[in-house]
Amino acid sequence: MASLIGYYSLIFGLCISFFIIFFSVKNFKDSLIFDTKIVNFTFLQFILVIVSFLGLIISFVNSDFSNETVFNHSHSTKPIFYKISGTWGNHEGSLLLWLLVLTLFILLFLLKSKEQNKRYKILTLLIQQIIIIGFFIFLIKTSNPFNYIFPVPEEGLGLNPILQDPALAIHPPILYLGYVGSSIIFSSALAATSLNYISTAWAKHIKQWVLISWIFLTLGILLGSIWAYYELGWGGFWFWDPVENVSLMPWLALTALLHCILVLERKLVLTSWVVILSIATFTLSMCGTFLVRSGILNSVHTFANDPERGLFILIFLFCLIFLSLFIFIFFHKVEKKSIRNFFWLSKETSILINNWFMMYFLTVVLIGTVYPIFLEVISSEKISVGPPFYHKLIVPLLIPFLFAMTIGPKLNWIKSDLKNKKYLILFLMISFLLSVLIIKNLDIKFLINTILVASALYLFFITLRDFFVKGLKNLSQNIAHFGFSLLILSILFNNIFSTEIITNLKIGETFKSKNFIINFEKVEQKDEKNFKAITGKFNIKDVDGVDEVLNPELRIYNQPNIVTSEADIKTNLLSDKFITMNLVQNQDYFNIRYQIKPFMIWIWLSVLLISFGGLISLFKKRYEG
Amino acid sequence: MKVKFFPIFLIIIFVIVFLIFYKGLQNSNIYTPNTLIKKNIPSFEAKTLRTNKKIDSKNLFKENEFYLINIWASWCIPCRDEHDFLIKLSNQKNVKIIGINYKDKNENAKNFLKELKSPYEVVLVDKDGTIAIEWGAYGVPESFLLYNKKIIKKIIGPLNKKSLFEIEKLIK
Repeated sequence: MASLIGYYSLIFGLCISFFIIFFSVKNFKDSLIFDTKIVNFTFLQFILVIVSFLGLIISFVNSDFSNETVFNHSHSTKPIFYKISGTWGNHEGSLLLWLLVLTLFILLFLLKSKEQNKRYKILTLLIQQIIIIGFFIFLIKTSNPFNYIFPVPEEGLGLNPILQDPALAIHPPILYLGYVGSSIIFSSALAATSLNYISTAWAKHIKQWVLISWIFLTLGILLGSIWAYYELGWGGFWFWDPVENVSLMPWLALTALLHCILVLERKLVLTSWVVILSIATFTLSMCGTFLVRSGILNSVHTFANDPERGLFILIFLFCLIFLSLFIFIFFHKVEKKSIRNFFWLSKETSILINNWFMMYFLTVVLIGTVYPIFLEVISSEKISVGPPFYHKLIVPLLIPFLFAMTIGPKLNWIKSDLKNKKYLILFLMISFLLSVLIIKNLDIKFLINTILVASALYLFFITLRDFFVKGLKNLSQNIAHFGFSLLILSILFNNIFSTEIITNLKIGETFKSKNFIINFEKVEQKDEKNFKAITGKFNIKDVDGVDEVLNPELRIYNQPNIVTSEADIKTNLLSDKFITMNLVQNQDYFNIRYQIKPFMIWIWLSVLLISFGGLISLFKKRYEG
Repeated sequence: MKVKFFPIFLIIIFVIVFLIFYKGLQNSNIYTPNTLIKKNIPSFEAKTLRTNKKIDSKNLFKENEFYLINIWASWCIPCRDEHDFLIKLSNQKNVKIIGINYKDKNENAKNFLKELKSPYEVVLVDKDGTIAIEWGAYGVPESFLLYNKKIIKKIIGPLNKKSLFEIEKLIK
């Protein structure tokens, strides 16, 4: 029943789109006043999609296996929390969520931009409606979440156990808010371009949307990374997996866009950058959806391998790309040459440098992700691009990037000099000294690591100083940059100081190393609702005599029948202790992997700090405006 | 001229990207998050449905060939749904479909095949359901794709367009 209602409200939702387009086009031509009917219809469409989404949730909660999506992805013994999160843990449901966020954002956009130009608002709505219609048709035609199966199966097939995780339950909605938020930026940038509406006022108005999607995208990536850290059991937090990359690419474009908007807010420059980055952010999000969902890439996110779906998104994606190219080429007016020239030492220049760095990182990630596909098509040779590629190309460039990030914000708008900036050199020397002291006694490459740590420390100290000297001025930027320095520092220290051992142990055996002793005491069996757990008890003693018990787990899920390995992680401020165990086939040995990962929690905290910086900027805007 | 050249260049680039992605879709990868994969197949003995001859599984499967083990029963309604897909698959030369008739009456099973045509190379009888347990099946219908005497894919529940497509890819 709920499925039926859900299905029909989807169909009605699609019909509403045509009403909206009809009234919008009429209103665009005829009158001067914005027709409120359009807002009402948009609201109605949003409600219909909500009803549809609730219909799917209810089907999941009631374990209504006559619904194909529920049958494929749920099971009656699953805890209620995962029944609900299972709604968007699959291809069909997650697309419905996309659609929900799309309609929500355009509604909010209409409500929030009352004082904007009528024609601009309508054109934005129209472009957004093209995207919405595309998704409606995609959903109804190729991935209907409400397919009926008869006869009704007794039991569902269950949700992939590695997706049964709280971080992952909220990861998709948060990430989607970021992705889809960028659709608003896309539509409004295109609308503004075609009406020649791009101005400093427009930048102020669109900035909040950029900030919102940027914050959600950052948090979404963070959640995915946290999940990978403790669920996939490799002890890392970023694997340069194609799926992670496709979320990183829009983030890089969006970050560059955010900085451009900050310039455009003050002065009518960098408009081409803004338009291109707005287009790029959304098309990269869509491209990510295509790469992930079509099965062209191999990953945990590949829900479906139906080529029909891949083809649909591909065509849709390229229609949008060509539409935006068309608008950009024919309508975009380049600003006058005279104001385009920046003084070499100014904030504008440094933001431009930041852009080029972002573009470089973006290109590296893009090539690493897409190149294997190209190669396979052209020469049918299979390669996989791994972390060494990214590390070699990105890490060295981080050094100048960090320096630019330290010095850039110190410069003034328009024109600047280096008077009263002696402290910059002082801090640089301190950073280098400190870095040398840290790296000196370690058995790693001295030069590159020293410079890397020094440049990160430099940014760290300078931003830290600003908290005291400047106080609340530029607080958001300072917090975000401070967070970034902290992030780089924690990643570096995490890499440099990590230790790892992999060994096979029997129950009762002990492993001794220089710094710690691992004692495998016993295993226990436990029956949970949807899995059987084998828990190991490990006693780990440090040289300092600190005793800790860790309990990694093997879970044997019943629906579907899959074994997963749950790491046990003891976190404290300075380091994480991370242990996983795995069965060795046909033996009574267990494979044990034990890692000490310093500053792990600081990686998460610093990303939180970065997005907190964005949040402050968003609210600052509110009470100033 | 320079102004006109750039858009054309851009469009050509994007068209090429489109074509490559389009081609890439055709040989898409298949991800199977299953622990069963690459496991050796269990050995068993069973009688055939038609001739009532005893067959040892060791002699049944040859190296370098694809087999689809399909566990079915005449009383199982979803089995009727997947039957069309099995027939479609049986027209492919490079895969042999072997049926395991699960907890069924011989009479009913034969009627089922008479009525709907048989896609199977051979049907083995699993009266008490022990063979299905050996295979680690959860219920009927269920299918296993074998290659070199190893399970390379397991399909729980009835075959559908999607799983048929995946199988066709794998046996290509």
